[in-house]
Amino acid sequence: MSAVFDQFTGTSRYIASDELKHAVNVAVALARPLLVRGEPGTGKTLLAENLAEALGLPLIRWHVKSTTKARDGLYVYDTVARLHDSRFGGDGHDVRDIAKYIKLGPLGEALAAPSRVVLLIDEIDKADIEFPNDLLHELDAMKFRIDETGKEVAATERPIVIITSNNEKELPDAFLRRCVFHYIQFPTRELMSEIVRVHHPDITDKVLDNALEVFFGLRSTPRLRKKPSTSELVDWICALKKANVDLSRVSGGIPFLGTLLKTEQDIELMGKRAKA
Amino acid sequence: MLVDFLFELRAKKVPVSTHEWMALMEAMALGLHESSLDGFYHLCRTLCVKDIARYDAYDEAFLAYFKDVHVDALRLTQDIADWLQNPRALEGLTDEQRAAMQAMDFEKLRELFEQRLKEQKERHDGGNRWIGTGGTSPFGTGGKHPSGIRVGGGGQRSAMAVADKRLFKEYRRDVVLDVRQIDVALRGLRRLGRDGAVEELDLDETVDQTCKNAGEIEVVMRPPRRNRVKVILLMDVGGSMDPHAELVSRLFTAASRAGRFAKFRSYYFHNCVYNSVYEDANFSKAVPVADLLATSDRDEKLVVVGDALMHPGELLDPGGSLYLSSTYGSGRASGIEWLRRLAHHFRSSAWLNPEPERFWSGTTIEPIASVFPMFPLTLDGMAASVRYLVRGGEKPRIGEPAKWMKVS
Repeated sequence: MSAVFDQFTGTSRYIASDELKHAVNVAVALARPLLVRGEPGTGKTLLAENLAEALGLPLIRWHVKSTTKARDGLYVYDTVARLHDSRFGGDGHDVRDIAKYIKLGPLGEALAAPSRVVLLIDEIDKADIEFPNDLLHELDAMKFRIDETGKEVAATERPIVIITSNNEKELPDAFLRRCVFHYIQFPTRELMSEIVRVHHPDITDKVLDNALEVFFGLRSTPRLRKKPSTSELVDWICALKKANVDLSRVSGGIPFLGTLLKTEQDIELMGKRAKA
Repeated sequence: MLVDFLFELRAKKVPVSTHEWMALMEAMALGLHESSLDGFYHLCRTLCVKDIARYDAYDEAFLAYFKDVHVDALRLTQDIADWLQNPRALEGLTDEQRAAMQAMDFEKLRELFEQRLKEQKERHDGGNRWIGTGGTSPFGTGGKHPSGIRVGGGGQRSAMAVADKRLFKEYRRDVVLDVRQIDVALRGLRRLGRDGAVEELDLDETVDQTCKNAGEIEVVMRPPRRNRVKVILLMDVGGSMDPHAELVSRLFTAASRAGRFAKFRSYYFHNCVYNSVYEDANFSKAVPVADLLATSDRDEKLVVVGDALMHPGELLDPGGSLYLSSTYGSGRASGIEWLRRLAHHFRSSAWLNPEPERFWSGTTIEPIASVFPMFPLTLDGMAASVRYLVRGGEKPRIGEPAKWMKVS
């Protein structure tokens, strides 16, 4: 296989399915952003962290919020600080130098970085519907201009861009066209036991089996509002271990149900089922 | 040859663009498909299908296009070679079978197989010569030949097997709808504008004003942006709508969430709108349609939810409604006339229909669709109706409404 390919094979703490590895490597080889979707708690964000670790590259994170604007990712011109300095002065503040008041955002930093970096754009669907469209050019060309100073920032090496989305909003077609797409499916029982083992290496087969039995049983319960996810399973097993609970001996209800189910309705529903 | 696959995908409504196809070609030139069908399956899906809802359609297209392609002839010959190295013990065969076996030694069998492999162009089932299934030829799978070569089956999960499983069926967009999905679809229904209390700092204006003020800071505030869309939801309840009650209640839940629209009102009707709609589903608080029209702006969006199925008389005859039999008066109008008045008052309106689209033609849906733009109550349909409500555009045409008008 060529050198550009097969770079990512997961790390000691992160188990990726073959399909996911393949998608990551395609994105790296084609230098296109990788859009990762999937249920909450399937390790979308962790993927970027572990990819950076596996490739030995620095990671820059951009956590998108409902108020985030595309421009914030490139740079922010701190007008208020400049205004403040011009009004009240201060030692060593040259108000005439606009560049001093320009702060690069995460995307700007990634493009200005001297070497290749991994950029995580987390939960892109949290922002406005038009947000991804505003990034099209920058992600395509991997460069932008700071209007205030006329300076152009261009990437020396195209960063590896990982974008995550929770399916809250439809993303625009023009944006999707430029991405490599992967949908993280919920892990199978085999993959899940591998994942749990990575987090709890000392767990015994029997405990793991019992825990997975309860967990997948819970997930297959109809009418749950929010199904428990991988990260919740890992937390739950952690709680079981700390409290030294032997699952095979527990009867009548699941211990620490609150770590697995997060809505009142779900807990109530399980309560009714346990009684029935 | 792959261009045909592109068109197969597009025919199955997977929106693959030239841009994406070029990326696929580039990736294949780099060898990212690992020269195998499995690799190609994943590579192509990763690059060309950006929506889990289309995965099932992709699987369908993949199956249709590649079903006749023999899986990796190379790997097969390797399988056979391995198999031939380790012939299974022959005990348990009758003398007759053993004689037949001996009549054909492995070398000859192998030769024959390779020859067939070269000649065979299509799928074969139940024959006695070609590689196929369920036959008495020595080659194939699920067959009856005592010493045959089993081709394929079992082992690795190949792309064809994955596609064949159609794992992504439940994500299809033309079927399911839960509250959250409706929620997502409704987010498109908005028009942002600034009004209300001033509580946000207008930075640009502050800088401008401060400069004009010779550096003396002058703070300018403005109201935050809010959705200005106002919605009126009219829901058909009871009778033929009962099977869809759950779906309609989900739509209602999603639409009525606080803060979604600047103004949201909902009314009920039964079967068809006549001179009144009702504030509650028990039809106890009537609101005359005339009052409703008088109290609503023309730019409010009217969304009607109903199956639009009724006896033609109930729609087209003046006084066709059962409920109206006692209220004779000068203003009697047919159901369709009331619908027209509603549609005419509001600048944009849409009708969401929970009946599957294939049952629409030849019913009262046709004439109603000529009054209200009609969309199916599915994720795609909702998205289309939201687009229509926000941007306008061509009304979807259903059937031949003119035919119905003549009847009346």
